[in-house]
Amino acid sequence: MIALLIRDLRLAMRAGGGFGLGLAFFLLVAVLVPLGVGPEGSTLAKIAPGILWVGALLACLLSLDRIFALDFEDGSLDLLATAPMPLEGVVAVKAFAHWLVTGLPLTLVAPVLGLLLNLPGAGYGWLVASLALGTPALSVIGAFGAALTVGLKRGGLLLSLLVLPLYVPTLIFGAEVVKRGAEGQAVSTPLLLLAGITAGAAALLPFASAAAIRVNLR
Amino acid sequence: MSIWEYANPKKFMQTSAWALPWFTGLAVLSMLVGLIWGFFFTPDDYKQGSTVKIIFLHVPAAMLAINAWLMMLVTSLIWLIRRHHVSALAAKAAAPIGLTFTLIALVTGAIWGQPMWGTWWAWDPRLTSFLILFLFYLGYIALWQAIDNPDTAADLTSVLCIVGSVFAVLSRYAVNFWNQGLHQGASLSLDKEEHVSDVFYFPLLVCIGGFIALFVALVLLRTRTEIRSRRLQALLTRERGTA
Repeated sequence: MIALLIRDLRLAMRAGGGFGLGLAFFLLVAVLVPLGVGPEGSTLAKIAPGILWVGALLACLLSLDRIFALDFEDGSLDLLATAPMPLEGVVAVKAFAHWLVTGLPLTLVAPVLGLLLNLPGAGYGWLVASLALGTPALSVIGAFGAALTVGLKRGGLLLSLLVLPLYVPTLIFGAEVVKRGAEGQAVSTPLLLLAGITAGAAALLPFASAAAIRVNLR
Repeated sequence: MSIWEYANPKKFMQTSAWALPWFTGLAVLSMLVGLIWGFFFTPDDYKQGSTVKIIFLHVPAAMLAINAWLMMLVTSLIWLIRRHHVSALAAKAAAPIGLTFTLIALVTGAIWGQPMWGTWWAWDPRLTSFLILFLFYLGYIALWQAIDNPDTAADLTSVLCIVGSVFAVLSRYAVNFWNQGLHQGASLSLDKEEHVSDVFYFPLLVCIGGFIALFVALVLLRTRTEIRSRRLQALLTRERGTA
Protein backbone atom coordinates (compact mmCIF):
# COMPACT_ATOMS: atom_id res chain seq x y z
CA MET A 1 0.00 0.00 0.00
CA ILE A 2 2.75 2.39 0.94
CA ALA A 3 4.66 1.40 -2.20
CA LEU A 4 1.63 2.24 -4.30
CA LEU A 5 1.21 5.54 -2.52
CA ILE A 6 4.84 6.47 -3.12
CA ARG A 7 4.58 5.41 -6.74
CA ASP A 8 1.51 7.57 -7.30
CA LEU A 9 3.05 10.56 -5.59
CA ARG A 10 6.24 10.20 -7.62
CA LEU A 11 4.28 9.97 -10.85
CA ALA A 12 2.28 13.07 -9.94
CA MET A 13 5.45 15.02 -9.14
CA ARG A 14 7.43 13.99 -12.17
CA ALA A 15 4.69 14.04 -14.77
CA GLY A 16 3.93 17.61 -13.72
CA GLY A 17 0.79 19.30 -14.87
CA GLY A 18 -1.71 17.84 -12.44
CA PHE A 19 -1.23 19.45 -9.12
CA GLY A 20 0.55 22.65 -10.15
CA LEU A 21 -2.29 23.27 -12.56
CA GLY A 22 -4.90 22.86 -9.84
CA LEU A 23 -3.17 25.41 -7.65
CA ALA A 24 -2.81 27.86 -10.53
CA PHE A 25 -6.49 27.43 -11.30
CA PHE A 26 -7.40 28.11 -7.68
CA LEU A 27 -5.31 31.31 -7.79
CA LEU A 28 -6.99 32.35 -11.04
CA VAL A 29 -10.46 31.96 -9.56
CA ALA A 30 -9.46 34.10 -6.58
CA VAL A 31 -8.12 36.77 -8.95
CA LEU A 32 -10.94 36.69 -11.48
CA VAL A 33 -13.80 36.98 -9.01
CA PRO A 34 -12.80 40.42 -7.67
CA LEU A 35 -12.24 41.55 -11.26
CA GLY A 36 -15.80 40.46 -12.00
CA VAL A 37 -17.69 41.71 -8.94
CA GLY A 38 -15.62 44.79 -8.16
CA PRO A 39 -13.03 45.58 -5.50
CA GLU A 40 -15.28 46.67 -2.59
CA GLY A 41 -13.91 45.03 0.52
CA SER A 42 -17.27 44.44 2.17
CA THR A 43 -18.75 42.61 -0.83
CA LEU A 44 -15.66 40.46 -1.19
CA ALA A 45 -15.58 39.64 2.50
CA LYS A 46 -19.16 38.46 2.26
CA ILE A 47 -18.64 36.13 -0.69
CA ALA A 48 -15.07 35.04 0.12
CA PRO A 49 -15.99 31.78 1.94
CA GLY A 50 -18.16 30.61 -0.93
CA ILE A 51 -15.70 31.63 -3.62
CA LEU A 52 -12.80 29.90 -1.91
CA TRP A 53 -14.77 26.70 -1.50
CA VAL A 54 -16.10 26.72 -5.07
CA GLY A 55 -12.59 27.47 -6.31
CA ALA A 56 -11.10 24.59 -4.34
CA LEU A 57 -13.81 22.28 -5.62
CA LEU A 58 -13.24 23.18 -9.26
CA ALA A 59 -9.47 22.99 -8.88
CA CYS A 60 -9.92 19.52 -7.42
CA LEU A 61 -12.12 18.55 -10.37
CA LEU A 62 -9.38 19.42 -12.87
CA SER A 63 -7.06 16.59 -11.98
CA LEU A 64 -9.68 13.89 -11.24
CA ASP A 65 -9.50 12.11 -14.57
CA ARG A 66 -5.79 11.50 -14.00
CA ILE A 67 -6.46 9.29 -10.99
CA PHE A 68 -7.14 6.19 -13.08
CA ALA A 69 -6.88 7.23 -16.74
CA LEU A 70 -3.09 6.91 -17.14
CA ASP A 71 -2.99 3.58 -15.34
CA PHE A 72 -5.89 2.36 -17.43
CA GLU A 73 -4.18 3.30 -20.67
CA ASP A 74 -0.83 1.62 -19.98
CA GLY A 75 -2.44 -1.43 -18.40
CA SER A 76 -1.09 -1.04 -14.89
CA LEU A 77 -4.65 -0.83 -13.62
CA ASP A 78 -5.18 -4.42 -14.81
CA LEU A 79 -2.12 -5.46 -12.85
CA LEU A 80 -3.33 -3.63 -9.76
CA ALA A 81 -6.73 -5.28 -10.10
CA THR A 82 -5.20 -8.76 -10.18
CA ALA A 83 -2.67 -8.01 -7.43
CA PRO A 84 -3.20 -9.60 -4.01
CA MET A 85 -4.16 -6.23 -2.58
CA PRO A 86 -7.95 -5.69 -2.75
CA LEU A 87 -9.04 -3.24 -5.40
CA GLU A 88 -10.93 -1.27 -2.77
CA GLY A 89 -7.62 -0.62 -1.06
CA VAL A 90 -6.04 0.44 -4.34
CA VAL A 91 -8.84 2.94 -4.89
CA ALA A 92 -8.53 4.31 -1.37
CA VAL A 93 -4.76 4.73 -1.70
CA LYS A 94 -5.11 6.42 -5.05
CA ALA A 95 -7.73 8.80 -3.70
CA PHE A 96 -5.42 9.56 -0.77
CA ALA A 97 -2.54 10.25 -3.15
CA HIS A 98 -4.81 12.55 -5.14
CA TRP A 99 -5.66 14.40 -1.94
CA LEU A 100 -1.99 14.74 -1.02
CA VAL A 101 -1.18 16.40 -4.34
CA THR A 102 -4.33 18.55 -4.71
CA GLY A 103 -6.41 18.90 -1.55
CA LEU A 104 -3.52 19.41 0.83
CA PRO A 105 -1.74 22.12 -1.23
CA LEU A 106 -5.09 23.84 -1.80
CA THR A 107 -5.68 23.88 1.95
CA LEU A 108 -2.25 25.36 2.59
CA VAL A 109 -2.59 28.05 -0.09
CA ALA A 110 -6.16 29.01 0.79
CA PRO A 111 -5.29 31.53 3.57
CA VAL A 112 -3.18 33.55 1.10
CA LEU A 113 -6.08 33.70 -1.31
CA GLY A 114 -8.37 34.56 1.60
CA LEU A 115 -6.17 37.63 2.02
CA LEU A 116 -6.79 38.58 -1.61
CA LEU A 117 -10.54 38.22 -1.06
CA ASN A 118 -10.55 40.23 2.16
CA LEU A 119 -11.72 37.32 4.30
CA PRO A 120 -12.41 38.54 7.88
CA GLY A 121 -9.68 37.66 10.36
CA ALA A 122 -11.70 35.16 12.35
CA GLY A 123 -12.30 33.07 9.24
CA TYR A 124 -8.74 31.93 8.44
CA GLY A 125 -8.48 29.17 10.99
CA TRP A 126 -11.87 27.78 10.01
CA LEU A 127 -11.05 28.06 6.32
CA VAL A 128 -8.02 25.83 6.77
CA ALA A 129 -9.88 23.49 9.11
CA SER A 130 -12.87 23.10 6.80
CA LEU A 131 -10.71 22.52 3.72
CA ALA A 132 -8.53 20.05 5.58
CA LEU A 133 -11.63 18.15 6.68
CA GLY A 134 -13.61 18.53 3.46
CA THR A 135 -11.14 18.08 0.60
CA PRO A 136 -10.55 14.37 1.35
CA ALA A 137 -14.25 13.86 0.63
CA LEU A 138 -13.77 15.68 -2.69
CA SER A 139 -10.94 13.30 -3.62
CA VAL A 140 -12.86 10.16 -2.63
CA ILE A 141 -16.05 11.21 -4.42
CA GLY A 142 -13.98 12.30 -7.39
CA ALA A 143 -12.25 8.92 -7.49
CA PHE A 144 -15.69 7.34 -7.75
CA GLY A 145 -16.56 9.57 -10.72
CA ALA A 146 -13.20 8.81 -12.31
CA ALA A 147 -13.78 5.08 -11.82
CA LEU A 148 -17.15 5.32 -13.60
CA THR A 149 -15.73 7.15 -16.61
CA VAL A 150 -12.32 5.49 -16.85
CA GLY A 151 -13.15 3.46 -19.94
CA LEU A 152 -14.48 6.40 -21.92
CA LYS A 153 -12.45 8.27 -24.46
CA ARG A 154 -13.80 11.72 -23.73
CA GLY A 155 -14.93 11.32 -20.16
CA GLY A 156 -13.81 14.73 -18.92
CA LEU A 157 -17.01 16.69 -19.31
CA LEU A 158 -19.17 13.74 -18.28
CA LEU A 159 -17.00 13.35 -15.19
CA SER A 160 -17.83 16.92 -14.13
CA LEU A 161 -21.52 16.36 -14.73
CA LEU A 162 -21.46 13.22 -12.61
CA VAL A 163 -19.28 14.49 -9.80
CA LEU A 164 -20.47 18.07 -9.24
CA PRO A 165 -23.97 17.12 -7.97
CA LEU A 166 -22.28 14.69 -5.58
CA TYR A 167 -20.15 17.57 -4.26
CA VAL A 168 -23.20 19.56 -3.15
CA PRO A 169 -23.37 18.50 0.53
CA THR A 170 -19.62 18.91 1.01
CA LEU A 171 -19.70 22.37 -0.53
CA ILE A 172 -22.66 23.51 1.54
CA PHE A 173 -21.23 22.40 4.87
CA GLY A 174 -17.69 23.50 4.02
CA ALA A 175 -18.68 27.00 2.98
CA GLU A 176 -21.04 27.23 5.95
CA VAL A 177 -18.20 26.53 8.37
CA VAL A 178 -16.09 29.34 6.92
CA LYS A 179 -19.02 31.75 6.76
CA ARG A 180 -19.98 31.14 10.37
CA GLY A 181 -16.36 31.24 11.44
CA ALA A 182 -15.83 34.57 9.70
CA GLU A 183 -18.92 36.00 11.37
CA GLY A 184 -17.85 34.69 14.74
CA GLN A 185 -20.74 32.24 15.19
CA ALA A 186 -20.57 28.69 16.52
CA VAL A 187 -19.23 26.36 13.82
CA SER A 188 -19.38 22.97 15.47
CA THR A 189 -22.57 21.70 13.75
CA PRO A 190 -21.51 22.16 10.11
CA LEU A 191 -17.95 21.17 10.98
CA LEU A 192 -19.13 17.87 12.46
CA LEU A 193 -21.42 17.23 9.51
CA LEU A 194 -18.55 17.95 7.12
CA ALA A 195 -16.32 15.53 8.99
CA GLY A 196 -19.15 13.00 8.90
CA ILE A 197 -19.43 13.27 5.12
CA THR A 198 -15.69 12.82 4.72
CA ALA A 199 -15.56 9.82 7.02
CA GLY A 200 -18.63 8.21 5.48
CA ALA A 201 -17.46 8.78 1.92
CA ALA A 202 -13.97 7.50 2.66
CA ALA A 203 -15.39 4.38 4.30
CA LEU A 204 -18.04 3.44 1.74
CA LEU A 205 -17.25 4.92 -1.66
CA PRO A 206 -14.08 2.90 -2.37
CA PHE A 207 -16.34 -0.17 -2.59
CA ALA A 208 -18.52 1.49 -5.22
CA SER A 209 -15.45 2.76 -7.09
CA ALA A 210 -13.83 -0.67 -7.06
CA ALA A 211 -17.05 -2.20 -8.40
CA ALA A 212 -17.10 0.36 -11.21
CA ILE A 213 -13.47 -0.31 -12.10
CA ARG A 214 -14.09 -4.06 -12.21
CA VAL A 215 -16.94 -3.45 -14.66
CA ASN A 216 -14.74 -1.21 -16.77
CA LEU A 217 -11.89 -3.72 -16.87
CA ARG A 218 -14.17 -6.58 -17.86
CA MET B 1 -45.86 -18.14 -10.73
CA SER B 2 -43.58 -15.48 -9.38
CA ILE B 3 -42.85 -11.90 -10.24
CA TRP B 4 -39.51 -12.96 -11.72
CA GLU B 5 -41.31 -14.48 -14.69
CA TYR B 6 -41.72 -10.98 -16.03
CA ALA B 7 -37.96 -10.73 -16.17
CA ASN B 8 -38.21 -12.91 -19.25
CA PRO B 9 -38.36 -10.38 -22.11
CA LYS B 10 -40.85 -12.47 -24.05
CA LYS B 11 -43.22 -12.75 -21.13
CA PHE B 12 -42.73 -9.06 -20.38
CA MET B 13 -43.56 -8.11 -23.96
CA GLN B 14 -46.75 -10.21 -23.87
CA THR B 15 -47.96 -8.84 -20.57
CA SER B 16 -47.03 -5.25 -21.32
CA ALA B 17 -48.70 -5.41 -24.73
CA TRP B 18 -51.87 -6.32 -22.87
CA ALA B 19 -51.40 -3.81 -20.05
CA LEU B 20 -50.24 -0.81 -22.06
CA PRO B 21 -53.60 0.21 -23.60
CA TRP B 22 -55.29 -0.10 -20.20
CA PHE B 23 -52.78 2.16 -18.51
CA THR B 24 -52.87 4.60 -21.41
CA GLY B 25 -56.65 4.71 -21.29
CA LEU B 26 -56.65 5.12 -17.53
CA ALA B 27 -54.09 7.93 -17.80
CA VAL B 28 -56.03 9.80 -20.46
CA LEU B 29 -59.34 9.35 -18.69
CA SER B 30 -58.27 10.30 -15.19
CA MET B 31 -56.09 13.19 -16.35
CA LEU B 32 -58.96 14.57 -18.42
CA VAL B 33 -61.38 14.20 -15.52
CA GLY B 34 -58.91 15.44 -12.91
CA LEU B 35 -57.60 18.41 -14.85
CA ILE B 36 -60.98 19.59 -16.14
CA TRP B 37 -62.49 19.15 -12.70
CA GLY B 38 -59.51 20.88 -11.15
CA PHE B 39 -59.26 23.74 -13.61
CA PHE B 40 -62.91 24.58 -14.20
CA PHE B 41 -64.99 23.21 -11.35
CA THR B 42 -63.07 24.23 -8.27
CA PRO B 43 -63.45 27.64 -6.63
CA ASP B 44 -60.65 30.19 -6.62
CA ASP B 45 -58.67 30.36 -3.42
CA TYR B 46 -59.47 33.42 -1.35
CA LYS B 47 -55.85 34.49 -1.18
CA GLN B 48 -54.22 32.93 -4.24
CA GLY B 49 -56.98 33.41 -6.78
CA SER B 50 -56.97 31.00 -9.68
CA THR B 51 -53.19 30.45 -9.55
CA VAL B 52 -53.88 27.80 -6.92
CA LYS B 53 -55.00 25.50 -9.71
CA ILE B 54 -51.47 24.91 -10.89
CA ILE B 55 -51.32 22.52 -7.93
CA PHE B 56 -53.01 19.93 -10.15
CA LEU B 57 -49.94 19.76 -12.34
CA HIS B 58 -47.27 20.71 -9.85
CA VAL B 59 -47.89 18.24 -7.03
CA PRO B 60 -48.32 15.07 -9.13
CA ALA B 61 -45.30 15.94 -11.28
CA ALA B 62 -43.15 16.55 -8.21
CA MET B 63 -44.31 13.33 -6.56
CA LEU B 64 -43.46 11.31 -9.63
CA ALA B 65 -40.14 13.06 -10.15
CA ILE B 66 -38.99 11.63 -6.82
CA ASN B 67 -40.71 8.27 -7.21
CA ALA B 68 -39.25 7.74 -10.67
CA TRP B 69 -35.80 7.93 -9.11
CA LEU B 70 -36.89 5.47 -6.42
CA MET B 71 -38.14 3.12 -9.11
CA MET B 72 -34.79 3.42 -10.89
CA LEU B 73 -33.05 2.64 -7.61
CA VAL B 74 -35.10 -0.55 -7.15
CA THR B 75 -34.67 -1.71 -10.75
CA SER B 76 -30.94 -0.95 -10.58
CA LEU B 77 -30.63 -3.09 -7.46
CA ILE B 78 -32.56 -5.89 -9.16
CA TRP B 79 -30.22 -5.66 -12.14
CA LEU B 80 -27.11 -5.79 -9.98
CA ILE B 81 -28.38 -8.67 -7.87
CA ARG B 82 -30.32 -10.85 -10.31
CA ARG B 83 -29.09 -9.55 -13.68
CA HIS B 84 -32.45 -9.35 -15.40
CA HIS B 85 -32.05 -7.24 -18.52
CA VAL B 86 -35.62 -6.01 -18.48
CA SER B 87 -34.95 -4.43 -15.10
CA ALA B 88 -31.95 -2.47 -16.35
CA LEU B 89 -33.85 -1.37 -19.43
CA ALA B 90 -36.78 -0.22 -17.31
CA ALA B 91 -34.41 1.97 -15.31
CA LYS B 92 -33.01 3.37 -18.53
CA ALA B 93 -36.53 3.99 -19.82
CA ALA B 94 -37.68 5.74 -16.67
CA ALA B 95 -34.84 8.27 -16.45
CA PRO B 96 -35.93 10.73 -19.19
CA ILE B 97 -39.50 10.56 -17.89
CA GLY B 98 -38.31 11.42 -14.41
CA LEU B 99 -36.24 14.24 -15.87
CA THR B 100 -39.30 15.63 -17.64
CA PHE B 101 -41.44 15.44 -14.51
CA THR B 102 -38.72 17.25 -12.55
CA LEU B 103 -38.68 19.95 -15.20
CA ILE B 104 -42.49 20.23 -15.13
CA ALA B 105 -42.42 20.58 -11.35
CA LEU B 106 -39.73 23.26 -11.54
CA VAL B 107 -41.43 25.22 -14.33
CA THR B 108 -44.96 25.10 -12.88
CA GLY B 109 -43.47 26.04 -9.52
CA ALA B 110 -41.78 29.07 -11.09
CA ILE B 111 -44.97 30.11 -12.88
CA TRP B 112 -46.85 29.87 -9.60
CA GLY B 113 -44.09 31.53 -7.60
CA GLN B 114 -43.91 34.61 -9.79
CA PRO B 115 -47.32 36.06 -8.80
CA MET B 116 -47.38 34.49 -5.33
CA TRP B 117 -43.89 34.95 -3.93
CA GLY B 118 -43.03 37.75 -6.34
CA THR B 119 -40.10 35.81 -7.74
CA TRP B 120 -39.55 33.09 -10.33
CA TRP B 121 -36.89 31.44 -8.30
CA ALA B 122 -35.74 31.41 -4.72
CA TRP B 123 -32.92 29.40 -3.21
CA ASP B 124 -35.36 27.55 -1.06
CA PRO B 125 -34.45 24.02 0.15
CA ARG B 126 -37.17 22.26 -1.80
CA LEU B 127 -36.50 24.20 -4.98
CA THR B 128 -32.76 23.72 -4.65
CA SER B 129 -32.99 20.02 -4.03
CA PHE B 130 -35.21 19.62 -7.07
CA LEU B 131 -32.66 21.43 -9.16
CA ILE B 132 -30.02 19.05 -7.81
CA LEU B 133 -32.29 16.09 -8.59
CA PHE B 134 -32.53 17.47 -12.13
CA LEU B 135 -28.71 17.43 -12.36
CA PHE B 136 -28.64 13.84 -11.08
CA TYR B 137 -31.03 12.79 -13.82
CA LEU B 138 -28.90 14.57 -16.41
CA GLY B 139 -25.73 12.84 -15.23
CA TYR B 140 -27.44 9.44 -15.16
CA ILE B 141 -28.79 9.80 -18.70
CA ALA B 142 -25.48 11.14 -19.97
CA LEU B 143 -23.67 8.12 -18.53
CA TRP B 144 -26.09 5.75 -20.29
CA GLN B 145 -25.45 7.51 -23.57
CA ALA B 146 -21.70 7.68 -23.22
CA ILE B 147 -21.06 3.93 -22.94
CA ASP B 148 -21.39 1.68 -25.96
CA ASN B 149 -21.52 -1.77 -24.38
CA PRO B 150 -25.07 -2.14 -22.99
CA ASP B 151 -24.11 -4.40 -20.08
CA THR B 152 -21.28 -2.16 -18.95
CA ALA B 153 -23.61 0.83 -19.22
CA ALA B 154 -26.27 -0.94 -17.15
CA ASP B 155 -23.74 -1.86 -14.45
CA LEU B 156 -22.16 1.56 -14.18
CA THR B 157 -25.44 3.48 -14.23
CA SER B 158 -26.80 1.17 -11.54
CA VAL B 159 -23.84 1.90 -9.29
CA LEU B 160 -24.26 5.61 -10.01
CA CYS B 161 -27.96 5.39 -9.19
CA ILE B 162 -27.27 3.84 -5.80
CA VAL B 163 -24.51 6.27 -4.84
CA GLY B 164 -26.55 9.13 -6.29
CA SER B 165 -29.53 8.19 -4.11
CA VAL B 166 -27.45 8.46 -0.97
CA PHE B 167 -26.07 11.82 -2.02
CA ALA B 168 -29.49 13.08 -3.14
CA VAL B 169 -30.83 12.41 0.35
CA LEU B 170 -27.75 14.03 1.89
CA SER B 171 -28.20 17.07 -0.34
CA ARG B 172 -31.81 17.32 0.68
CA TYR B 173 -30.82 17.63 4.33
CA ALA B 174 -27.84 19.83 3.56
CA VAL B 175 -29.91 22.45 1.77
CA ASN B 176 -32.46 22.29 4.55
CA PHE B 177 -29.71 23.23 6.93
CA TRP B 178 -28.42 25.91 4.61
CA ASN B 179 -31.58 27.93 4.13
CA GLN B 180 -35.04 27.89 5.62
CA GLY B 181 -37.26 28.52 2.69
CA LEU B 182 -40.44 29.90 1.29
CA HIS B 183 -42.01 26.65 0.17
CA GLN B 184 -45.02 25.50 2.16
CA GLY B 185 -45.17 22.11 3.85
CA ALA B 186 -46.73 19.00 2.44
CA SER B 187 -49.95 19.49 0.48
CA LEU B 188 -51.06 15.97 1.22
CA SER B 189 -50.77 13.72 4.21
CA LEU B 190 -52.61 10.67 5.34
CA ASP B 191 -53.74 12.08 8.65
CA LYS B 192 -56.10 14.79 7.56
CA GLU B 193 -54.89 17.36 10.05
CA GLU B 194 -52.86 19.34 7.60
CA HIS B 195 -53.49 19.42 3.89
CA VAL B 196 -55.47 21.25 1.26
CA SER B 197 -59.23 21.48 1.67
CA ASP B 198 -61.56 18.83 0.25
CA VAL B 199 -62.57 20.90 -2.77
CA PHE B 200 -59.02 20.63 -4.07
CA TYR B 201 -58.19 17.31 -2.45
CA PHE B 202 -60.37 15.00 -4.53
CA PRO B 203 -59.56 16.36 -8.01
CA LEU B 204 -55.92 16.37 -6.91
CA LEU B 205 -56.13 12.67 -6.06
CA VAL B 206 -57.62 11.96 -9.48
CA CYS B 207 -54.80 13.94 -11.11
CA ILE B 208 -52.17 12.05 -9.13
CA GLY B 209 -53.76 8.77 -10.19
CA GLY B 210 -53.69 9.97 -13.79
CA PHE B 211 -50.04 10.97 -13.58
CA ILE B 212 -49.12 7.61 -12.07
CA ALA B 213 -50.95 5.79 -14.86
CA LEU B 214 -49.23 8.04 -17.39
CA PHE B 215 -45.86 7.24 -15.85
CA VAL B 216 -46.50 3.50 -15.89
CA ALA B 217 -47.72 3.66 -19.49
CA LEU B 218 -44.68 5.65 -20.60
CA VAL B 219 -42.25 3.36 -18.79
CA LEU B 220 -43.89 0.28 -20.33
CA LEU B 221 -43.82 1.86 -23.78
CA ARG B 222 -40.21 2.96 -23.51
CA THR B 223 -39.08 -0.37 -22.06
CA ARG B 224 -40.76 -2.14 -24.97
CA THR B 225 -38.94 0.14 -27.35
CA GLU B 226 -35.63 -0.61 -25.63
CA ILE B 227 -36.25 -4.37 -25.80
CA ARG B 228 -37.11 -4.11 -29.48
CA SER B 229 -34.03 -2.07 -30.26
CA ARG B 230 -31.94 -4.59 -28.33
CA ARG B 231 -33.46 -7.42 -30.41
CA LEU B 232 -32.83 -5.49 -33.59
CA GLN B 233 -29.23 -5.03 -32.57
CA ALA B 234 -28.90 -8.76 -31.95
CA LEU B 235 -30.43 -9.55 -35.36
CA LEU B 236 -28.08 -7.16 -37.12
CA THR B 237 -25.07 -8.66 -35.39
CA ARG B 238 -26.19 -12.17 -36.36
CA GLU B 239 -26.68 -11.19 -39.99
CA ARG B 240 -23.30 -9.61 -40.17
CA GLY B 241 -21.89 -12.83 -38.73
CA THR B 242 -23.43 -15.06 -41.41
CA ALA B 243 -22.87 -12.77 -44.39
